[in-house]
Amino acid sequence: MSGLHTKKTLGDAIGRIPILMTLVGLLVVWEAAVNCFAIPQFILPGPIMISKKVLSDFTSGLIFPHLYVTLVEVIAGFLLACIFGISIGAAIGLSPFLEKILYPYIVALETIPKVAIAPLLIIWAGFGIHSKIITAALIAFFPILVNVVAGLKTVDPRRVLLMRSLKASKWQTFAKMRLPSILPHLFAALEIAVIFSIIGAIVGEFLGSARGLGSLVIQRQASIDVAGVFSVLFYLAVMGISLNLGLRQFTRRFAFWSKGPGGGSV
Amino acid sequence: MRSESISTALTSNESPVCELTEVSKFYLSQDGTKVIALENISCRVEPGQFVSVLGPSGCGKSTLLMIIAGLIQPSQGRVIVQDKDLRDALPDIGIVFQDAVLFPWRTALQNVELPGEIVGETRAQRRGAAQELLQLVGLAGFERKFPNELSGGMQQRVAIARALMRSPSLLLMDEPFGALDAMTREQLNLELQQISLQSKSTIIFVTHSIAEAAFLSDRVIVMSGRPGTIKDTIAIDIPRPRPIELITSDRFGTWVQHLRHALDHSEVGA
Repeated sequence: MSGLHTKKTLGDAIGRIPILMTLVGLLVVWEAAVNCFAIPQFILPGPIMISKKVLSDFTSGLIFPHLYVTLVEVIAGFLLACIFGISIGAAIGLSPFLEKILYPYIVALETIPKVAIAPLLIIWAGFGIHSKIITAALIAFFPILVNVVAGLKTVDPRRVLLMRSLKASKWQTFAKMRLPSILPHLFAALEIAVIFSIIGAIVGEFLGSARGLGSLVIQRQASIDVAGVFSVLFYLAVMGISLNLGLRQFTRRFAFWSKGPGGGSV
Repeated sequence: MRSESISTALTSNESPVCELTEVSKFYLSQDGTKVIALENISCRVEPGQFVSVLGPSGCGKSTLLMIIAGLIQPSQGRVIVQDKDLRDALPDIGIVFQDAVLFPWRTALQNVELPGEIVGETRAQRRGAAQELLQLVGLAGFERKFPNELSGGMQQRVAIARALMRSPSLLLMDEPFGALDAMTREQLNLELQQISLQSKSTIIFVTHSIAEAAFLSDRVIVMSGRPGTIKDTIAIDIPRPRPIELITSDRFGTWVQHLRHALDHSEVGA
């Protein structure tokens, strides 16, 4: 059993070599181009320069308070989006009346770029962490809501017939059939939503904030520290990838039957 | 040949499990014309019988089954199942669809337990019953497998076990083996006969396979399509249990021909 497992991971690792080669190749070309064409550091630094900066941000501990603030904003915003997205989505998906009176407005709101609302949120909620959490939540809310509604509306009609033939109550039908049925839909939406809430938090910080990775980008841009900006991008990427992978683990565990995007049939 | 008069004469003293009186079902199609799915269907099913509904695709046989299940309302006529008018209450039935319709997030055992959960049986009660039923359908040892780990035939066995969970007096099956390969289908036909003999349930079985209907049934209701009507009701009085070798015998061949004739005749009539 364990032997089989090792073999599989080894095979996986060998399979990933070409992917790694692409990255190495790109970095080599980048470094060579920067050196050959003598591009100034304040325009485009090379990967070696940037990795030094990434390392020094880490060893000096400078990045951590910013990382922490942004992470809190992202996670809080994401959780709020989950709570509201799932509950409002469930209400709309289950009640034709609510769908009739609410859904057109939600579709209309969806067409507004939510980042454009962020300046208003700064006015209402201030320059502190709250305005960023609300921005993150607002952007992440819509994909969750829309997917919960869509999931509930596209539940396999044969499953509905089965529950009716078993004389299941409305609540039993929801808890035992509809809710689990939408999990693959929901988790696919959550993977998008977590990335959206990072966007929301960063945009919020751009507009005015003393701490957070977004504000660090603005500060470093002002002092033309381009390598420093790249370093922040690196940490943002690490955060995004970790959150996404975490969610995939979650999906694999709680919607293991899903074959959809991020369904984790691996 | 023998017809319905024999079977009704034999069992007319008992009250039927299910009785339809002049049932019709209309739909309005998208351009507003009236489509007649079922017209003037009257039939009764006696306790303990295995009744097949045989007909071409689109003859309304599945609609008929859904009406008996209480899942579709008839446009006209009266349906009485288990001495109750279907307009008042849903009947206590077990139902098996063409696809297994298992919940992929539940194990085989948990899928079978579902009907027990809904009526609020305790965990111990339903677990024991579900285990016995899985044994009955030949899936002992597969309790903890998830549907995607089971073959199509096994999934359908789980669905049958689930339908038997509340020991329904009436089991409705809508082309349950239609999506399976011929070998599996034959095997499941044999097992279904065994299950019906053991559980003593009344079974209404929708199929478009003549051989399947002849092999399994006490009585075959032959339908024709557009509008769906009952053309003939034929009693198959071959003693049970019927061995699989039966299907190559001349005697069985006669029954199959008889059914085919009734079916062809109905096609011409329609």
